[in-house]
Amino acid sequence: MISYEEALQTFEPVIGLEVHVELGTVSKMFCGCATEFGAEPNSQVCPTCLGLPGSLPVLNGAAVESAMRIGLALGCSIAEWCRFARKNYFYPDMPKNFQTSQYDEPIAYEGAVDVEVDAGTVTVGIERAHMEEDTGKSLHVGGATGRIHGASHSLVDYNRAGIPLIEIVTKPVTGADARAPEVARAYVGQLRELLLALGVSDVRMEQGSLRCDANVSLRPRGSDVLGTRTETKNVNSLRSIERAVRHEICRQAEVLLAGERVVQETRHWHEDTGVTTSGREKSDAEDYRYFPEPDLVPVAPSREWVDRLRATLPEPPHARRARLQQAWEFSDLEMRDVVGAGALELVDKTIEAGAAPQAARKWWLTELARRARADGVELVELPITPGQVAELQALVDAGRVNDKLARQVLEGVLAGEGSPEQVVAARGLEVVSDDGALGAAVDRAIASNPDVAAKIRDGKVAAAGALIGAVMKELRGQADAGRVRELVLQRLG
Amino acid sequence: MAHLARLARIDLSDAELDHLAPQLAVIVESVAKVSEVADDDVPPTSHPLPVTNVFRDDIVVPGLTAEEALSGAPDVDRRRFSVPRILGEEQ
Repeated sequence: MISYEEALQTFEPVIGLEVHVELGTVSKMFCGCATEFGAEPNSQVCPTCLGLPGSLPVLNGAAVESAMRIGLALGCSIAEWCRFARKNYFYPDMPKNFQTSQYDEPIAYEGAVDVEVDAGTVTVGIERAHMEEDTGKSLHVGGATGRIHGASHSLVDYNRAGIPLIEIVTKPVTGADARAPEVARAYVGQLRELLLALGVSDVRMEQGSLRCDANVSLRPRGSDVLGTRTETKNVNSLRSIERAVRHEICRQAEVLLAGERVVQETRHWHEDTGVTTSGREKSDAEDYRYFPEPDLVPVAPSREWVDRLRATLPEPPHARRARLQQAWEFSDLEMRDVVGAGALELVDKTIEAGAAPQAARKWWLTELARRARADGVELVELPITPGQVAELQALVDAGRVNDKLARQVLEGVLAGEGSPEQVVAARGLEVVSDDGALGAAVDRAIASNPDVAAKIRDGKVAAAGALIGAVMKELRGQADAGRVRELVLQRLG
Repeated sequence: MAHLARLARIDLSDAELDHLAPQLAVIVESVAKVSEVADDDVPPTSHPLPVTNVFRDDIVVPGLTAEEALSGAPDVDRRRFSVPRILGEEQ
């Protein structure tokens, strides 16, 4: 395949993103079934979400409020009157044979968000945010695991069917150019932060409560006509979004440069191989035979209601970032790294739990960032809480562990061995600062390295390193190196 | 007609298509009559009652047990509805 740079020489990429967010309501969109993740299959269902005859939907008011708050936070207008629509299709993940969605009357429309990337700010226009319901989950059996290809049966769990979903659709993002993959990632990252701050969803990409479809098209440089787009589904981490968009830009450029045409279709992202493969050709909207949902009355939010919700919005992300940067005394570069790594919330909570700002930043952006990269997960997905990081830093500040031991404590916490205090106790990681034990070890080191000791006595203080090393080795790294040095020099100085 | 049948996942023979097509034409014609009467200034009715904003509280209400939910399923495997291999893919 041709390189990204080659692709960009001839073409300008245009992206569009569709994000589905599962709301954190305790009950479903149109019935009172629970929404808990990971429950026994088909244990959170009722006649309504199973589409049984005679059942009728009633709209969850809290879901409507969340939808409006999301819309307002994205700078959207809120519809004065809107309806639901039936999207008709026959597929077993939707037992009613239609999905209750919104079509040409979304609850929120025409907004914008400023997305920060390395080279500055890109404004992403929001086309709409509409309400709909999630579908059931299919498990394909009889073929290769989980894949539909070669399967003999599909097993369907309807626990997820009917969970409130908000679909947020951007306008085509032009002008991002070579930064398109980075903008796609940053947009979804920022959207996730915003949704978290709104408290409307737990936005866990790995559990599917935030899902992203990435639209990509190319046009020849200088053209203002949009090219044919593809929609890549199944992109389930921020890193994958960036990779998938980049891959799709290269793939389409290769197709176009070979004189062929890009097929309008959905494509599937494969995390393991880093490529997209062809899915189905996109259906025309008319094939879904949308019509207004007769079982649900229109939603007509009064302006007083909208204003009341507007007053509950959290501080806008950019204002909050500016305020925190000042409070933490971070440089622009430090702050951008924190935001870019998706660590803003984590660092904030770590500082709230008592850690100094620079210490909090250091843990999340070095040790933990390295670990997240190695595991291929986001920082927020690591099995450690900001409170535990603050507790670990407190151990360092109190001189109870040194840097090396602190990293071992961190390993223990990440391995699920408990809190930092518990790991220190269980693994016996505390530094030896008791002068009796340290002194004895220092004496042994001097005795077994007479030549080094002689050098130090002659004033070659730099040679002390060898003795400190010997002591550290004997105490398996659990000594306070500064104190060891003092003791060595006391004895030989 | 064949397109509609395909969207509805109904397998119709040519004879059945020929039989049903004129019936569908009657329905389409009848609906077209409505638009002769209703001008652009008459919005299509979707709800006969002037009621808006009917909501329920976000409260969990017990539904069916998995056993009850699956009792009507033609086939069950691993507490899930088992359906024949799905051609095509998710929408």
